[in-house]
Amino acid sequence: MALLQISEPGQSPQPHQRKNAVGIDLGTTNSLVATVRSGSEVILPDEQGRNLLPSVVHYESEGVSCVGYEAAEHNSSDPLNTLSSIKRLLGRGVADIKTLGDTLPYEFTSDEGGMPKIKTVHGAVSPIQVSSEILRKLSGRAELALGGMLDGAVITVPAYFDDAQRQATKDAATLAGIKVLRLLNEPTAAAIAYGLDAEEFDNESQQRLVAVYDLGGGTFDISILRLSKGVFEVLATGGDSALGGDDFDHAIADWLRTELELGETLDVVEQRILLEVAKSAKEELSQNEQVELDILDSSLVLTRDTMYQLIDDLIDQTLLACKRSMRDANIKADSIHEVVLVGGSTRMPRVAEKVSELFGLEPKCTIDPDLVVAMGAAKQADVLVGNNSTDDMLLLDVIPLSLGIETMGGLTEKIIHRNTTIPVAKAQEFTTFKDGQTAMSIHVVQGDRELVSDCRSLARFELRGIPPMVAGSAKIQVSYQVDADGLLNVSARELTSGVESRIEVKPSYGLSDSEITQMLQDSVSYARDDMQARALREQQVEADRMLEDLQAAMDKDGSALLANSELQCLQVALQELQQFRDTSEDHRQLAAQIEIVGKTSEEFAARRMDASIKQALAGLSLDDALK
Amino acid sequence: MAWELDVEQLEVRFRALQKTFHPDRYASKSDFEKRLAVQTAATINQAYETIKTPLSRAQYLLELEDLDASQETHITSDGQFLMDQMLLREALSEIRGSENAKEALVSLSIEAQQTAAKIQSEFASQYQQKAYNKAFESLAKMQFAIKFIDDINELEAELEDL
Repeated sequence: MALLQISEPGQSPQPHQRKNAVGIDLGTTNSLVATVRSGSEVILPDEQGRNLLPSVVHYESEGVSCVGYEAAEHNSSDPLNTLSSIKRLLGRGVADIKTLGDTLPYEFTSDEGGMPKIKTVHGAVSPIQVSSEILRKLSGRAELALGGMLDGAVITVPAYFDDAQRQATKDAATLAGIKVLRLLNEPTAAAIAYGLDAEEFDNESQQRLVAVYDLGGGTFDISILRLSKGVFEVLATGGDSALGGDDFDHAIADWLRTELELGETLDVVEQRILLEVAKSAKEELSQNEQVELDILDSSLVLTRDTMYQLIDDLIDQTLLACKRSMRDANIKADSIHEVVLVGGSTRMPRVAEKVSELFGLEPKCTIDPDLVVAMGAAKQADVLVGNNSTDDMLLLDVIPLSLGIETMGGLTEKIIHRNTTIPVAKAQEFTTFKDGQTAMSIHVVQGDRELVSDCRSLARFELRGIPPMVAGSAKIQVSYQVDADGLLNVSARELTSGVESRIEVKPSYGLSDSEITQMLQDSVSYARDDMQARALREQQVEADRMLEDLQAAMDKDGSALLANSELQCLQVALQELQQFRDTSEDHRQLAAQIEIVGKTSEEFAARRMDASIKQALAGLSLDDALK
Repeated sequence: MAWELDVEQLEVRFRALQKTFHPDRYASKSDFEKRLAVQTAATINQAYETIKTPLSRAQYLLELEDLDASQETHITSDGQFLMDQMLLREALSEIRGSENAKEALVSLSIEAQQTAAKIQSEFASQYQQKAYNKAFESLAKMQFAIKFIDDINELEAELEDL
């Protein structure tokens, strides 16, 4: 148990200095929000004291009628307008929906870009919009509990989410008006919540291996981590972003349908009823050997053994992914020191039993598997926002699926391999195929299969204006950069002429920045004035941060790294910003001024970074590592 | 400078550097500083990978001596070595579908590991003696040997998944 931290009398940190940071677990079935209070992580409950928020949104013709428990009550009565398990659709294309289609009882449309939308009485809504409603509800809950605007949030995603799914999650948060500090992988968040980095380590070189098995409502992740003092290093991760407890429910529901001879033509309401019976039967069988079911005027008995027959194949799929990840990490099951269970579906004794068998260890699940991810995210948010400057926690995560581009014949050329530590940057050179070729199109994909058609298409873009040359003499350099959130940036450049094309990878079925801005403006949940005030407040916070930061940097390194004229120039820029900060009522004006100061100080920031790299490497060379 | 590596020391240094430069340390800084941190952290990761992995370490050490070792494949003129490699490859292709595939794979894997270790120690002494052209030749062999180990692992994975 974490100890309560009590400050010395008279030295308590001033309350206004503490920033409001939260961790949000946006789950398939349930979502929740947590924060750090007096040094320990707490879940923020709703007014009725409930920790969880069912990830369900109900629409009526005017728009969203309710989110959470209230929305879930419409499940059976108004299934087409009661959207649940939306995370399964987040960041997916129309083609994916076809494979998931029969498990999700909605009607879909797709717009020009190919992003699938769900038909409701309110019109077509995208999975990003629906997710943003859940996030907005949670941030509202947090703002009420913390008594002020949020300074930032860490939002968790399945480790196995690809770039499109991560981007969609981030877009949903932006749409909900949340400042995303970081997307954090769920298994890593769980390891943080358990504080596994602090256990029994006396010095920097001690380490141990931990497997985090995370089976949620709709996603499965396995992460193999190496922990040393204060460091969480993910060695390999694997999983299935479309496998979870929901699939157990469907397997049981299918069995019910066969047993009750209901045939294939069930209406949506009957389907929902069947699923709900299946779900509660599954939960009850965690406690009892068998369960009696009354359903649509019939009754029957489901035993544990029968259920195991229905779901064992699904569990075995997860075990296969575990084996693959261990192989990727180049370790054997018997060298793992600890296995941690995360996600509501690990409450099933059968899951724990099979996991224990695979690793030869009794799994650890001392923190509620529904809450643990949000708690870890809260801890990370607290560190990132600067509340906890003493904590030198470091997370090194990996990219879950290889990134590559399409080459001749529809084959994938891998550029960044799966399980590479992020952030990572790679560049590769290509050349022209024909004499005088002036354009080249680049197709970025994610996945580990040979054929492009088996991988996830992330983006296509064209590099134009290549000077005409003989085939094979142009040099096109394509650079990939994956940041700490696992999000990809690609740019391409023709090296002999310097023609550049930079794109942010936004899948065709994602949202563009301007669409997000537009949707934010259209959003009905904020009155116009409210939004203005909020935007101004956000810019003021940003200006304060910049003023404080830059002043501190100048005091420390200004005289060493800047010429007098440069120093004066920055000082003037800061004074002007301070003036705008104190007087301006227009958030755009203030934002513009922040931008100017930002630009003016870039050179200084770059020199500071160089200086600290030099300092970190001072007196060291490759010889020190190589004997 | 030598080929041998103190892995523990490398890891400790790597973590210390990332603790300073990882983008999470710059979460509340300006976008520009965040971008710098992403680039710096990516460079640290790349350096760590390059030094940790034997093949890339060998390539890098030769590059420092102005030998272009960046090419994907090098050619060795050692006929006996190539012949051995062909026999090993044949052995691997015969394992697929054979009855005691797993056991056969294990013994082939041990053999391959030994070959790779031998080549690496040859590289080490050639590099030490500044016999860079010979070291270059060993690098080519190392590529063969490591590719072969990768292929063994791949087949092992395939067999386990069945």
